[in-house]
Amino acid sequence: MFDDVSALALARFQFAFTVSFHFIFPAFSIGLASYLAVLEGLWLKTGRDVYLQLFRYWLKIFAIAFGMGVVSGIVMAYQFGSNWAAFSDKAGPVIGPLMAYEVLSAFFLESGFLGVMLFGLDRVGKKLHFLATCLVAIGTTISAFWIIVVNSWMQTPRGYAIAPNGQFYATDWLAVVFNPSMPYRLAHTLLGAYLTTALVVGAVGAFHLLKDRKASRSPQPATKIMFAMAMGMVAITAPLQVLAGHEHGVNTLQHQPAKIAAMEGHYESHDRAAPLILFGVPDDANQVMHYKVEVPALGSLVLQHDIEAATTGLDKVPPQNRAKVAFPFYAFRVMVGLGLLMLVLGGWAVWNAARGRLFDNVWQQRLALAMGPAGFVAVLAGWITTETGRQPFTIFGLLRTAESASPLAAPAVAASLIAFIIVYFFVFGVGTWFIIKLMGNEPNPHDKGPGKEQTVDVGSLPPDAPYGFQLAE
Amino acid sequence: MAPDPFLTLVWAGIIGLAIFIYVITDGFDLGIGILFPVMAPGPERETAIATIKPVWDANQTWLVLGGGGVFAAFPLAYAILMPAVYAPLIAMLLGLIFRGVAFKYRARTSRIWLWDLAFFGGSTLAAFAQGVILGAVLQGVKVAGRSYAGGWWDWLSPFSLLTGASVVAAYALLGACWLIWRTEGAVQAKSFAMAWRAGAASIVAIGAVSLATPFLNHDYFMRWFEAPGLYFAAPVPILVGITAIAFIRALKRRAEVAPFLLAELLFLLTFIGLGISIFPWAVPGQVTIWQAATMANAQGFMLVGVGLLLPVILGYTAYGYWLFRGKVGPEHYG
Repeated sequence: MFDDVSALALARFQFAFTVSFHFIFPAFSIGLASYLAVLEGLWLKTGRDVYLQLFRYWLKIFAIAFGMGVVSGIVMAYQFGSNWAAFSDKAGPVIGPLMAYEVLSAFFLESGFLGVMLFGLDRVGKKLHFLATCLVAIGTTISAFWIIVVNSWMQTPRGYAIAPNGQFYATDWLAVVFNPSMPYRLAHTLLGAYLTTALVVGAVGAFHLLKDRKASRSPQPATKIMFAMAMGMVAITAPLQVLAGHEHGVNTLQHQPAKIAAMEGHYESHDRAAPLILFGVPDDANQVMHYKVEVPALGSLVLQHDIEAATTGLDKVPPQNRAKVAFPFYAFRVMVGLGLLMLVLGGWAVWNAARGRLFDNVWQQRLALAMGPAGFVAVLAGWITTETGRQPFTIFGLLRTAESASPLAAPAVAASLIAFIIVYFFVFGVGTWFIIKLMGNEPNPHDKGPGKEQTVDVGSLPPDAPYGFQLAE
Repeated sequence: MAPDPFLTLVWAGIIGLAIFIYVITDGFDLGIGILFPVMAPGPERETAIATIKPVWDANQTWLVLGGGGVFAAFPLAYAILMPAVYAPLIAMLLGLIFRGVAFKYRARTSRIWLWDLAFFGGSTLAAFAQGVILGAVLQGVKVAGRSYAGGWWDWLSPFSLLTGASVVAAYALLGACWLIWRTEGAVQAKSFAMAWRAGAASIVAIGAVSLATPFLNHDYFMRWFEAPGLYFAAPVPILVGITAIAFIRALKRRAEVAPFLLAELLFLLTFIGLGISIFPWAVPGQVTIWQAATMANAQGFMLVGVGLLLPVILGYTAYGYWLFRGKVGPEHYG
């Protein structure tokens, strides 16, 4: 079955598969951890039970998503060595310490306080528990910082030298960490995570609003609050994200013009007034874009703010250094298209809210529901754009992907790839199903804080009841 | 730019510490997974799993520090060893996935048996694979230049199967002793019974691995049977024997905390024994820690982070254990 496929291609597919699956969970849990911290903070500040109801509701979902992120993340930590041994050897002295910092400053913080966050409210009291929630949220953000540093260094390496044995090593750690694309990529990724979470929360809110309307019930306060908070977040972060994405693109043009050429579908260079290709079918073999729909001169205007600006096409990139255009070209369009839809969703919500009809516009709610998964698709499309656009290099311009792989036999990689595919679809499919089932319930309107009357009395449960009063499950 | 010889030793110590903490903490959670079929469905299993719910994730993070630390501090060793143990490594990761999600999934499903099976199977597979990896590294791997040069079944040998089974037995021992400490009633009674069996199996396993290891290669043999290695090595088996006797006596008088501490001491002694065999190799017989070490400025850069953060991590980890102290029943931490 895999006779004509190289171990390299299989290893690449395996990394793409496992990292894409993995990234879904942090993209959600980074935003959700912060949302939980905000909800708990509001609960402490106002004392209103509705925030606690929302906190508990999303905490159950967070616990499952975080768990899936942890187990799929351990795979990533070891896959560098198992499948990309040559890369690990050569890049290890630079990126190894960055990843060690991620473990020390983020993973321990998250895992250390997750137990308190899930199970500790009645043991530590409200304030310490809030601190634990904040530390978990901070941990997810620190983790994002370090992994973005690593990725950005692979895109725009700085502060390094190459030793005689072929290993990269740092000459200036500050330059390594604050490499030119890092701030842009970090802002773009974090905003992506917040948007992803806001879209999910908004979709769940919209689902219950629509369901309540169908049943002629008035929605409970928790439903309205989650929908309003989510739409507010989308309205704020979607325009910021468009801005951040644009700045990131300008930065990429400066440091990785070959990637921009692939993303934009520019096989040919332009001396001035480069068009903006909206759609087309790339053809790498003939270096031509078929069926293209383009806006004259807009390309130069968008990225360089100057209609007279020249652009570099793939024709100026040596053939052996060109990325395959189709992946970054299509993925980029999916991401941008969804980003524009998010702008529409947020703007529409603001328009409705301004007229006092935020909870009454059925079509806006239907759009919010339909866009629940849009954040995941957009962040994955964004990552596909930036990662495939970096090809054929792992460290841009310096280390080729083909020179990065482990000396593994194709059947070994094929077997592990099949195992990962089966296990991931099964395990994470089941987890996603549990999350969707939880989302189908409304927040429990009878949830009260500790010290008030509990809705579930541990003493009244039969002695063999498997689960007693619980915060998380 | 080259490694600093002293910092290399420091880093070997840090990695050793991370792996050791992993083994003695996640060891008991994996052990509870291994013993899970012994516990009856319902309150017994809920009690057993409740004892580790608030701490297992933090325990497992030491594995990421162990692996990530080898990558960061000894990239060449990481690059050679990970492909060499490819199959058991992937098996361990898949095992950890199943048992990790089982904690949450069990509470969400009407098919608890399925995720109990995943918890047991995943824990056992992960423990066995870790043992196989240990054996495969100890018996040596083929190296050419800066990469692994063997086949993808080289890890498989009677010795690596023995070390795999040994780790399963030893983790089961830790799990049983942890449950003796943290539970009461039926779970504790079953755990006493299991501690006897797992303890006997562990002691046999330690003996068998200890006898086989010196014959894997001449270097190990010298280390254990000739001066000056002998002076460092000789006290270890003696202390193992004393600890084993103390452990048996503690079980006989049905002590609740002592068995766990003595079992952990047994792990410390075996760990020291393995260290005596391996040092100073990063890849036994092929690459020393000084050859595998990263550049001095990377060692220094990371050491700042370890120096600042490791004490804090140990502090809040200890706080987590203290917070969730005491005997646990089935209703805890649903």
